[in-house]
Amino acid sequence: MVTTPGGGKDTLVQIRDLSVTYHTRLGPLSAVSGVSFDIRRGEILGLVGESGCGKSTLGRALMRMVAPPAEISQGQLLFDGEDIMAYDGEKMRDFRGRRVSMIFQDPLTSLNPVQRVDEHVVEAIQVHEPQTTIRVALNRARTLIQTLGIRANRLRDYPHQLSGGMRQRVMAGLGLVLNADLIVADEATTSLDVIVEAKLLDEFKRLRDEFNLTILLITHNIALVAQIADRIAVMYAGQMAEVGDVVTVFDDPCHPYTEGLLRSVPNVKLNEREVLYKMGGEPPNLTHPPMGCRFHPRCPMAMPICSAEEPALLPVVGDVEHLVHCWLHQPQTRGAEAQA
Amino acid sequence: MNIDPNDNLVEVRNLTKWFPVQRGLLAQVFGGTRRFVHAVDDVSFEIRRGEVFGLAGESGSGKTTTGRAVVGLTPVTSGRVIFDGIDLTTLGGTGMRSLRRAMQVIFQDPMASLNPRMSLGRSIGYGLEIHNPEMDADARRAAVVEMLERVGLAPANYFYNKFPHQTSGGQRQRAAIARALVTQPELVLADEPIAMADVSVRALLLDLMNELKRDFNLTYLFITHDLATAKYICDRVGIMYLGMMAEVAELRELYTHPLHPYSQALLAAVPVPDPHQRRTQPMPEGEIPNPISPPTGCRFHPRCPIAGEVCAQEVPAFRELRPAHRVACHYAERFLPSGD
Ligand SMILES: Nc1ncnc2c1ncn2[C@@H]1O[C@H](COP(=O)(O)OP(=O)(O)OP(=O)(O)O)[C@@H](O)[C@H]1O
Ligand SMILES: Nc1ncnc2c1ncn2[C@@H]1O[C@H](COP(=O)(O)OP(=O)(O)OP(=O)(O)O)[C@@H](O)[C@H]1O
Ligand SMILES: [Mg+2]
Ligand SMILES: [Mg+2]
Repeated sequence: MVTTPGGGKDTLVQIRDLSVTYHTRLGPLSAVSGVSFDIRRGEILGLVGESGCGKSTLGRALMRMVAPPAEISQGQLLFDGEDIMAYDGEKMRDFRGRRVSMIFQDPLTSLNPVQRVDEHVVEAIQVHEPQTTIRVALNRARTLIQTLGIRANRLRDYPHQLSGGMRQRVMAGLGLVLNADLIVADEATTSLDVIVEAKLLDEFKRLRDEFNLTILLITHNIALVAQIADRIAVMYAGQMAEVGDVVTVFDDPCHPYTEGLLRSVPNVKLNEREVLYKMGGEPPNLTHPPMGCRFHPRCPMAMPICSAEEPALLPVVGDVEHLVHCWLHQPQTRGAEAQA
Repeated sequence: MNIDPNDNLVEVRNLTKWFPVQRGLLAQVFGGTRRFVHAVDDVSFEIRRGEVFGLAGESGSGKTTTGRAVVGLTPVTSGRVIFDGIDLTTLGGTGMRSLRRAMQVIFQDPMASLNPRMSLGRSIGYGLEIHNPEMDADARRAAVVEMLERVGLAPANYFYNKFPHQTSGGQRQRAAIARALVTQPELVLADEPIAMADVSVRALLLDLMNELKRDFNLTYLFITHDLATAKYICDRVGIMYLGMMAEVAELRELYTHPLHPYSQALLAAVPVPDPHQRRTQPMPEGEIPNPISPPTGCRFHPRCPIAGEVCAQEVPAFRELRPAHRVACHYAERFLPSGD
């Protein structure tokens, strides 16, 4: 289905021309600059890119969770068609708790250490639905925690008594119990062992299938995206480099950055990718990003125009769902490298 | 370099390391049994001269403790570690000091071996000051500059004067590698050396470590929790679970014919960066048990899909079921490829 600018029925979040700036001692740092993309209802969207490219900043900005020295310097955020940039403080707080839920790398930092698990769940329910009685809330908590594969007696535990994997599931559960539409999972599995990580990924998939949850999976581990995402968004230096269906992008990456990144990922399977691609250079300093395309200093395909002008994020020929931010795929210059 | 399977640089025999559990005040006053963390229990393996031996397994399985014992950084509870024919466990402080130069360590966090207040050049030269006190300052500087160039920190004179905070994470890890190699060790313990780096940087660091190993005739003990990474550097691999060695074999042999149900689960859990190869196998139930009172018999039995009665009663012998392929499982014969 084509994503129309107005957002189709399947679009949950529309991000338009979003920029986030950190005001640092060395001047303004554009951590996210002019990013536009959609998150579709019921999808798992993987957001990847090297450290410092702006994934977490973008994830938090979706909920307007940016505080000084950071600032959303421009852009539009439409959630279910509603302009959440226009919300006042109270409306925004309610929106955050009810419709979006965030899972971080270490949920210990977001769970209250002196509150038992059930108290967290009941509190989350009562803050947003004050009319719900404790008994009803507790029942909901019990049912939910079991769906997530945690024994009900664990509800009386304190966060530190749970394993890392259980804590992650409790966090996801807190979002679910409020019927949140969107879960932003920021490196949620990064500190976990592979077996626990694999189980949590299975859980994410199940949540999506059963409750039609929408999940933004932020990770530097591209293999996770290959395993469970429907679509992938690749960021580079604060900008969106490529967005598309996960199979299409893995099979046929269009941005030279995406291609390099994918070829540098280790593959445990023998006889597959026996040699890793070595990408030279380092991401730029975002207080002084390069002119033109921000990737051009590291790009093996760079053309003269790449250092002079910035390309737009446009569909590739023949696939309106596959967007790429590269001069190799702009109407003016398409096929230029073939002639050069 | 040709690796002679009979030329062992390191022999680890029945290595056991228990840590006493800190007791509460009451327990100290009223006595009671002293309890221990069974970090490593009866582990045996050898590292051949010139090979990369990988130690893999989940968090807390005892990889770091084993590694530290191998380079003499931790006193052992029982068992022996023989380095180049010398038993480290009976060696006094003076004997150990003279061997230190031959065994260097690269940590996950490069700042563990770099001084934040020293320039990279001075940090790297520091090892030489200690181990080669007779070397004069000019010769030392020359050795450091050469090493900086070898690890790709060029121009070397520029990086010599940089402080850690003025460099990127990848550059700092290169400096930490230079610091470990400048004393020309024989064995390098690399404990998750690339776990903190970005994908693109990981590929470069792996390549560097492979190259340096070849050029300096090094032997690595490479600790990693990531079997996909191990594929690009290790010759042989040992899989640890809860302080025990589950399986040891040549890497390709282990990845094609894992004989221990735990190794099989661990390999299956590694996310494959290919959306056409999504995992469907279920993951083992349960969590890793407490190492203070590990399960009887085979420590994996409470989570093992094929556990029988004997598994809870008898510790499985570590036996060679295929050439140079040892495994500790009562039922491993079931997984032998037909024809064996
Ligand atoms: N509080 C802050 N003050 C100033 N700059 C910041 C702050 N937080 C982040 N930045 C900068 O903003 C940019 C984007 O950071 P962000 O944390 O969003 O990246 P990321 O893609 O999530 O990285 P990682 O993979 O390391 O989590 C980086 O250049 C970072 O240095
Ligand atoms: N100094 C110590 N005192 C007490 N217990 C310890 C100590 N060092 C390690 N342990 C315990 O010994 C066990 C093995 O730890 P070790 O650090 O060797 O595991 P690991 O395999 O390296 O794990 P990771 O992947 O998390 O680094 C763990 O249960 C750990 O808590
Ligand atoms: Mg982040
Ligand atoms: Mg360790």
